[in-house]
Amino acid sequence: MAGEILKRKGREIVIFSALLLGLLPLAGMDIKTYLTLTIAGFAMGMMLFLVASGLSLIFGLMDVINFAHGVCFAWGAYVAFSVFRYFKKLVEAESLFQNSLVFIIAIVAAILVVGIVGIIVERVLIRRVYGSHLFQILITFGGMVVLTELIRILWGPNDEVMPVPVTFRGNWDIFDIIVLKYPIIAIVLGLFVFGVIQIVLKKTKVGKIVRAGVEDPVMVQAMGHNIYLLFTAVFAVGAGLAAVGGMAMAVFNLQVYPGMGDAYLIFAFIVVIIGGLGSITGSLVGALIVGLSYNYVAFLLPPIAVGVNILIMVVILLIRPTGLFPAGK
Amino acid sequence: MDKAILKVEGVNTYIGQHHILQGVSFEAAADHVTVLLGRNGAGKSTTLKTIMGLLPTSVGKIYYQGKEIQNRKPYEIARMGIGFVPEHMGIFSSLTVEENMQVAMLKEDSETGKRLEMILEMFEALKKFWRMKAGNLSGGQKQMLAIARAIVNDISLLLIDEPTKGLAPIIVNALIDVIHQIKQHTVIILVEQNFYMASSVGDAFYILDDGIVVHSGKMAELVEDKALQGKYLGISKTEG
Repeated sequence: MAGEILKRKGREIVIFSALLLGLLPLAGMDIKTYLTLTIAGFAMGMMLFLVASGLSLIFGLMDVINFAHGVCFAWGAYVAFSVFRYFKKLVEAESLFQNSLVFIIAIVAAILVVGIVGIIVERVLIRRVYGSHLFQILITFGGMVVLTELIRILWGPNDEVMPVPVTFRGNWDIFDIIVLKYPIIAIVLGLFVFGVIQIVLKKTKVGKIVRAGVEDPVMVQAMGHNIYLLFTAVFAVGAGLAAVGGMAMAVFNLQVYPGMGDAYLIFAFIVVIIGGLGSITGSLVGALIVGLSYNYVAFLLPPIAVGVNILIMVVILLIRPTGLFPAGK
Repeated sequence: MDKAILKVEGVNTYIGQHHILQGVSFEAAADHVTVLLGRNGAGKSTTLKTIMGLLPTSVGKIYYQGKEIQNRKPYEIARMGIGFVPEHMGIFSSLTVEENMQVAMLKEDSETGKRLEMILEMFEALKKFWRMKAGNLSGGQKQMLAIARAIVNDISLLLIDEPTKGLAPIIVNALIDVIHQIKQHTVIILVEQNFYMASSVGDAFYILDDGIVVHSGKMAELVEDKALQGKYLGISKTEG
């Protein structure tokens, strides 16, 4: 009986429990700290969403386990880093317009460069190993190593300080609550990207074909659609989304380093598994759960922050083995 | 026999290590419903998947409208004018009925629009549940949707794999009417285990056994030949 209820209402139970658990940290901190951490958690969640949504689409549509996805995140950060250095005057100008302009240029450059890297990775590496998860893990792991080394060759092996546009720095003081400016920008960016993806997936023909392909790629082919072209396009978009996430995270953390993709890949996999393969809404909810819980736990008991995320994933998998929003496969 | 729209010549297909089709040859004549019959595992569904390019042809030729199509990509074959309704129907459950049809439509011109209108008249349930998620449709409605998706484009050949599987007899009769309507303008190759359905709509038949065609002829002859039915189709002489 209880098992049946869990099966049918599992998603609602998990989300309701997550909301209740979200209030639990209040027992160990004051309200101002809680609100600051909540905003930081939302911002981290949105950045994780950017990485995880691409991974989820690639996983859901192409059934490809892509370990090279994390390095697209790092590439995005480094491309943005180069753009910020090239347009230093725009970054240092005390003008919201000029700062926003350079931020948008960096986003577009990151998407384009990493999208092209994604196309090359899909065509050269992944196309040969469709249908074999073992080979996918091996070959994308190899791709990750090569692309990480390429970062070291192109940008150097050391950590670099990520420039932040002047008006994006600092904080607002609202009723004695410190609200950092950049996390708010990251949240807006994440929501904007989520909205664009939803519109593309739900309102455009190609989006509907992608959703259909996530359920049954063989049938989509038999209906006359070139699934391989779709795979390449989704892979490029996924890589581009990871790049935006990487750039946003680098500005948030004020640094870039060659191995930064690996550190966030584990979070992205947790998000995808929590949210359900191939589901963008699932990625958003999963990312927010991970982002918020990580921030609360990292403040209260730092050593177990990642462990708590993994524990949450295990609990959700026990209740709903297909994740919170499975894409109907 | 009328001029064939599809010719399958000595086709061999492997699934993994298993040699499923071992030299299948048959043709589908224009204005005909050609039925592939045989026991489970005889190679009927594999034949349709091979024609559609979903399984590779290791040996043999498949001609569609005079052009070789074996080992072409499935989407190329579909775009040449072949519609496919697989055994599992291939419905996109999380998409609405409308979205399923939109994904199926390769063109959105006035001709396709007219065909869609005609289809919605033929399948009233689809019109009724137009904005409902396809996963919530009944088994019969899903089968109707699967057929509707396949015929919404300008196709010349329709491949249907066991459309009556798991359907109630009343739905089977409705499906027979639908097949009769479709055959007015489209050649059909039907894989079917339900002999009532097969004999109701079929003009010609091929019986497959162990990956090879063992008998063929006009459906009317098979209806009379109880011994052949008993031998290959598992239908006893007392059954109707």
